Amino acid sequence: MSMSEQQVFEKVVSIIKPFAKAPEALAAASMETSILKDLKVNSARLVDVVLEIEDAFEIEVKDEDADKVKTIGDAVKLILAAQA
Amino acid sequence: MVVTGLGVLAPNGHGLDAFERALRAGESGIRFVPELAELKFGCQVGGIPQGVDQIQGRYLSDEELYAMNPNMVYAAIAAIDAWTDSGLPRVAADAEPDWSTGAVLGTGIGGIDTIAEKLAPKTDAGKVARLGSTMVEQIMSSGNSARVAGLLGLGNQVTTNSSACNTGTEAVVDAFLRIREGRAERMLAGGSEGHSKYIWAGFDAMKVLNRSKNDAPAEASRPMSASAAGFIPGSGAGVLMLESLDSARARGARIYAELLGGHVNCGGHRQGGSMTAPNPVSVQRCIRGAVAMAGIRPSEIDLINGHLTATFADPHEVENWRAALELTPETLPLIQSTKSLIGHALGAAGGIECVASVLQLGRGFAHGSLNCDDLHPELARFAARVVHQTRDLPELRVVAKASFGFGDVNGCVIFRKFSE
Repeated sequence: MSMSEQQVFEKVVSIIKPFAKAPEALAAASMETSILKDLKVNSARLVDVVLEIEDAFEIEVKDEDADKVKTIGDAVKLILAAQA
Repeated sequence: MVVTGLGVLAPNGHGLDAFERALRAGESGIRFVPELAELKFGCQVGGIPQGVDQIQGRYLSDEELYAMNPNMVYAAIAAIDAWTDSGLPRVAADAEPDWSTGAVLGTGIGGIDTIAEKLAPKTDAGKVARLGSTMVEQIMSSGNSARVAGLLGLGNQVTTNSSACNTGTEAVVDAFLRIREGRAERMLAGGSEGHSKYIWAGFDAMKVLNRSKNDAPAEASRPMSASAAGFIPGSGAGVLMLESLDSARARGARIYAELLGGHVNCGGHRQGGSMTAPNPVSVQRCIRGAVAMAGIRPSEIDLINGHLTATFADPHEVENWRAALELTPETLPLIQSTKSLIGHALGAAGGIECVASVLQLGRGFAHGSLNCDDLHPELARFAARVVHQTRDLPELRVVAKASFGFGDVNGCVIFRKFSE
């Protein structure tokens, strides 16, 4: 059963939450929210966010695809494409 | 040079008040550790700080804890406590670092638990891509000091030293010398050590841990005792804020004690010394070096906080103190072992025991050593100098603290109660 975009979005936000140093930006997050700039996630931790996404959605994310993820929306679209 | 802040996370107490209560009451921090029994360790007891799961959230965010093993968590809690205790304001996240303050925070074994539990299994299974981003910062030797630097915004030298069981005391000497050179105004100094079966297994295999008191943990750590049969492994962290007197005065800081002098050396595995045994000549030279730098007479020392681990070396250590200070057994300063209460916290031992030394100076007491009522026969002539029961000592002025470690390395520091 595939999840809706909204469900995937909420799941991604919950995965990023422990890494985000800007909780107010997280609370107001949208598809356009930048994971590094807006949520102040340490860039080194993107590796861990991707691992968590792989586990949560049971997908494999290629390094070159992971490198393109800048916003929450980028992650959501990548997950939906992998699940399609 | 003065001490303006103290932080301690010990198996028998977190924070100065709890630690003082435990020291005064002779409260042991040694407990039975079921995992060690399941794994057939000879020694199944150890010293582990209690309640850290509840404490750590007050000090560290989830994001920080995600990349921290117990060694780093312990160092962070004690360092933050020492900073707060010194009365310094926290450096804001968007402010410049404090260029005048650094840290020497040592560890003996470091992040071996992270290596054993995560790095090695995943690497060997061909799952390097699954290691995540946090391995290096947890296993690099400087992991504890590096994390503290970010938490506190330190801008001076930040490093981790390592000299086995001498680590914490060596850190105090190194930090002392840096301030004395004029290269820093303040330095956090001390050590931390996590608790892990992987840290303790090697010592158990060497048969240097006491295996005879698994059913009576509080009696297991027996420095200076005739029935001493090896040390008890411990863990935790102890950190001191060392500060130039000028800096402390300029900001009106509360001063616990002066750090008068310190010395470190090595016995070179000669003259009876080895990887695991101390060269008595080097031990005596180290003690004399610290006393000479302190500019005091040996008879001015009121209390020795010994290394005293409960191995065969205890009687030799006490005799080395006597010989180095050129005193008689009757005139030796009072002597105590903090390890009788908390075990041997390895790289954290010197830091925790320096905190104990300064705390006793500041609050005027000498804690008793547990489990040496059956004093080792070679120590009989020193019997009157061993502190068995805690006593109030408002006149306590000078405490000497030493640590001796694998590698034949030694460290000694001299603290004096501060008076204007």
